[in-house]
Amino acid sequence: MTMGDAPLLSVAGLTTRFVTRDGVVHAVSDVGFELGRGECLGVVGESGSGKSVTMLSLLRLIPMPPGEIVSGSAVFDGEDLLALTDEALRRVRGGRIGFVFQDPMTSLNPVLTVEAQIVEALRVHGLGTREARRMRARELLELVGIPAPRERLRAYPHELSGGMRQRVMIAIALACAPPLIVADEPTTALDVTVQAQIVALVKELKRKLSTSIIWITHDLGVVAGLADRVVVMYAGQIVEEAPVRDLYKSPQHPYTRGLLASVPRADRKSSVLASIRGQPPSLDEAPASCAFAPRCDFVHERCRRENPRLARLPGGRRVACWWDLDKGGPRDA
Amino acid sequence: MTRAAPANGHLAGAMEKPAAAGPHRSLWGDVWRQFRRHKGALTGLAVLGLVVAACTAGPWVYWHDPFASDLAARNLGMSLGHPFGTDNVGRDTLARVLIGGRISLAVGLAAMLLGVLIGTLVGVMSGFFKTLDGALMRLTDMFLALPLLPLLLVTIMLFRDSLRDMLGPEAGVFLMIVFVIGATSWMQTARVVRGEVLAVKAREFVVAAASIGTRRRNVVLRHILPNVMSPVMVSASLGVATAIITESALSFLGLGFPSDFPTWGRLLFDGQNAIELTPARVIWPGIMISVTVLSVNFIGDGLRDALDPKQRGR
Repeated sequence: MTMGDAPLLSVAGLTTRFVTRDGVVHAVSDVGFELGRGECLGVVGESGSGKSVTMLSLLRLIPMPPGEIVSGSAVFDGEDLLALTDEALRRVRGGRIGFVFQDPMTSLNPVLTVEAQIVEALRVHGLGTREARRMRARELLELVGIPAPRERLRAYPHELSGGMRQRVMIAIALACAPPLIVADEPTTALDVTVQAQIVALVKELKRKLSTSIIWITHDLGVVAGLADRVVVMYAGQIVEEAPVRDLYKSPQHPYTRGLLASVPRADRKSSVLASIRGQPPSLDEAPASCAFAPRCDFVHERCRRENPRLARLPGGRRVACWWDLDKGGPRDA
Repeated sequence: MTRAAPANGHLAGAMEKPAAAGPHRSLWGDVWRQFRRHKGALTGLAVLGLVVAACTAGPWVYWHDPFASDLAARNLGMSLGHPFGTDNVGRDTLARVLIGGRISLAVGLAAMLLGVLIGTLVGVMSGFFKTLDGALMRLTDMFLALPLLPLLLVTIMLFRDSLRDMLGPEAGVFLMIVFVIGATSWMQTARVVRGEVLAVKAREFVVAAASIGTRRRNVVLRHILPNVMSPVMVSASLGVATAIITESALSFLGLGFPSDFPTWGRLLFDGQNAIELTPARVIWPGIMISVTVLSVNFIGDGLRDALDPKQRGR
């Protein structure tokens, strides 16, 4: 197998938990997925479903302790991130995987100028001379569509608007031209028009730079326009994975179906939005049965006895459910 | 890129430093620009500058020798010849206040630097490294629970003579007093800094800094430390004031500098017995202490506001 065929990132069996005074929280349980080069993967799920922790675990950015990566592997570009030494991992952070965080209000250092923060991303990886780094910082601001980059470089974060700051965050993530960018709900804290601008920017960057992107969100609408493939997470596990069109056309997991039904749509008249009854489960026990069972309309006896494995379906899809929605009966296997 | 280290010597440096004009906005340039808008702080800076200048240059300019006694001019009140009067052996009080200010100010500054350094170090370590937190905070509690004045007295009694033999009377006592005051005044700084570090550490930009590959050391130095500088500055300014007052108290109790080194506190101590005869001997050193402490506090106040980037540019 040549490098060209191998996926850029291949995660398997990733399990992360937090050991707190009140007990163990099983935040991520046996998560595995692959990401091709130049591909955009959407990761969808509600708050606390383990989306962010999964991605932060890859770079060991979760606070440890209380966090603890119990098992798993994450082969990125031929090396297992979870087995790297701290120094080797530090080179990957920012150098080959860029991170964009949710809240641009708090993810920039308030006492440093924009320039200092972009330049830092280059400097920690020993890139360029001082002058070259400054030039690159200006190029990056132009690349992410910030007008008057010369002036903006000298600004402090609080002098910029939310959308502007998120562009700066993206510029920082792009600084070392990493092959992979992980964007952790980058549009959640922004208002809708700015969201659309950021999504358009990322689309353009993806086309221009052919960067792979992992886009974490709870907004199905954003994912629809951006991702090639979508992974749906629930209670720290992947419940469904499918190419983006197939997922929206025929969701195979009751949870995905519930999620899609709860998105307001302009093309359907309905006065009441559907919602999924019940609450997401607490994660204080390792999953032994289907985590969605208490909220599921298709629950049967096996769901409460056995946690469904992620089974492959035709068309590059995977689903973890004992019920076959298409057939209307229990899934064998 | 001009990023000054979080220098505590900034107090002295800021006086002459003009605003850094140029294409690059430096942190300290911005701080100075904002600082100038704080009237109280500017006044404090001017007054402190005056006191420092007087104590530095005064003894060269002023015609009376602080150590020369003149038995013909004992216990004089304030007059043109002796603006602050004289003491019981005819030494000029103004000359002694000026020369004494050198030591008092030096002790205040040095003890503050030491105290703030220890306090910041302990606070940052304790806030950033969870494993050290418990031990360091208990240590801080222990120091806070110690009865300080008796401790100072015992330490000084024990070490004064050996230090004096080793380093000479002036340097020995100076080092001892600075060390003793510094080592017993860092706890408030440590607690405040720890609290701030805990708060700053939870902010997203710290994870963001780690996510671009910043080393842990630099996460602390570049991202956490500058964000806790405002409380450190306030502690520093309060520290100068407390150190000057503690030194005065020690001298007042007769345990600070020997009487041939007239610090402000020592002058108070020597003058107290003659307070009815020559009140000027007590009043002037007292006023100097109060004025210095007050102006340092105002400067600290101004620095705290100026260090907050959200206050700047308003």
